[in-house]
Amino acid sequence: MLIHEQSQAGRRATAQAPKVKADLAGIPAHLRRDDVPGLPEVSEMQAVRHYTRLSQKNFSIDTEFYPLGSCTMKYNPRACNSLALLPGLVDRHPHAPDTHSQGFLACMYELQEMLKEVTGMKAVSLQPAAGAQGEFAGMAMIRAYHDSRNDDARTEVLVPDAAHGTNPATAVMCGYKVKEIPTRKDGDVDLEALKAAVGPQTAGIMLTNPSTLGVFERRIKEIARIVHEAGGLLYYDGANLNAILGKVRPGDMGFDVIHMNLHKTFSTPHGGGGPGAGPVGVSERLIPYLPVPMAGFDGSRYHWITEDDHPETIGRLTAFAGNAGVLIRAYVYARMLGREGMVRVSEYSTLNANYLMKKLEEAGFQLAFPGRRATHEFIVTLKKEAKEMGCNAMDFAKRLLDYGMHAPTTYFPLLVPECFLIEPTETEAPDALDGFVAAMRSIREEAQTNPELVKGAPHSLPVRRLDDVRAARELDLRWQASS
Amino acid sequence: MSNVPSDLKYTKSHEWVRDEGDGIVTVGITDHAQELLGDLVFVELPEVGASLDAGGDCAVVESVKAASDVYAPVGGEVLEINEELVDAPETINSDAYGDGWMFKLKLSDAGELGALLGAEAYAEHAENDDH
Repeated sequence: MLIHEQSQAGRRATAQAPKVKADLAGIPAHLRRDDVPGLPEVSEMQAVRHYTRLSQKNFSIDTEFYPLGSCTMKYNPRACNSLALLPGLVDRHPHAPDTHSQGFLACMYELQEMLKEVTGMKAVSLQPAAGAQGEFAGMAMIRAYHDSRNDDARTEVLVPDAAHGTNPATAVMCGYKVKEIPTRKDGDVDLEALKAAVGPQTAGIMLTNPSTLGVFERRIKEIARIVHEAGGLLYYDGANLNAILGKVRPGDMGFDVIHMNLHKTFSTPHGGGGPGAGPVGVSERLIPYLPVPMAGFDGSRYHWITEDDHPETIGRLTAFAGNAGVLIRAYVYARMLGREGMVRVSEYSTLNANYLMKKLEEAGFQLAFPGRRATHEFIVTLKKEAKEMGCNAMDFAKRLLDYGMHAPTTYFPLLVPECFLIEPTETEAPDALDGFVAAMRSIREEAQTNPELVKGAPHSLPVRRLDDVRAARELDLRWQASS
Repeated sequence: MSNVPSDLKYTKSHEWVRDEGDGIVTVGITDHAQELLGDLVFVELPEVGASLDAGGDCAVVESVKAASDVYAPVGGEVLEINEELVDAPETINSDAYGDGWMFKLKLSDAGELGALLGAEAYAEHAENDDH
């Protein structure tokens, strides 16, 4: 039930009401509303109960195992949150001058430096407010680079077929045509196809490494050489940075631009559409185009670097400093980990993934890439179960919810039929991983003996199986007062 | 195994082609393709009169799982599209080779038909097409 549906005329909660009557004299009449806003009228207790109940219906990393592949749903340490709520940070006005923002600017500058160091890039801007915006900024910089050289024949961006859907979308948004590069059976990019595809029309390639198939692209140096020799640039999608943090650096692999999803790798809260943070890092030749403002340091004072200092910038992506609160949380996380801790993130996330992969394989589940070591995630295909038991990946996913676990990513990447993309992250203990294997075994038994139980799942949640088809075809997202 | 009628031609990207004679063909996606995609929710068709190149993307099918391009199996001009699909994309799920047809083409080069797969070759391809 929506809170609007609980509304009764005259109900009030005064705790949050303004204590001072606002003086409207300064606001011109045409800018004032003449009707009352349609807010729900409920008591304070009703509001508290409503939102508490809603929060209890959530599946979240704070309450359940959440192995949602490619999303890096790791635990968000509470310290990041409490420090981000320090009054000096929360109450800082975005228009406060540099002289009054030294602490905040120092945090932003140091975060830029740490991200630069851990990715091996030459400079970082924290502007983009999400991964998708980071991708856009990255491709816009590649475009600005080619434009600055009047190299306008470069109209094509190469994207492997295993890529996240955002990659081709970004290339198109930046005015490029997309050319798909196939993947070999072992999960690596098809180099022969790549060689055949590059040329004077190639603006660049967008790569996720490790790829969405849960394997490390072994011939990345070769790929970098082929694309660079053709005059194209390399874009690194940072979606899977968690697997390599502190171990290998995209800058050393030859990438020219990278976006990082701080809400994945740097443990800031995510899901529900934001807020995220998608900083971009670049190689030497793309530095002039970085989005502003960035934090600068002259050896004694911190300051904002703006269009005046950085005239070739692609511009601003957000009005102020990006999602400042998210950036602060990531900064605290990075500072708590330190250089040694960063390495442990990738070591334990890959160890957990490989442990879970091995256990599921022992339990008789089919791996999509047997023989390849997992990165921080891996793929199981439930093709056999779908065929023999009539219970497909979606049925298994829904049934997992009844077992108190969030489902892995289903039906992505599209290349693998009936797939589960499983990412346990480094913050889970072995017993949680064993619990997942036990649940999968148990669901497979149910699929054999009582398939209807699995096909009708979930049974224990506030809502049962949703009608995906109707949800996609009849969008109903807006509450309207019945008149 | 999904249904692969022997009188049709196929592509590796899971389109089927029916030769209607007089240089006209009907195109749709295979039963195997609809099975992989799951319940379809949207279909985007080419425009009548559009000129298609063999292998070019010309339509989109979107299911609850994924959106997928449909490629022109052969080159030609679009003569007719199955507008019923716009309101009832699920027709492809229930009758991929019949009422679920997508568009009709006037062939620009009848020789291109020879490059398509026969039913047996396609069935084998679909069976092994894990990636």
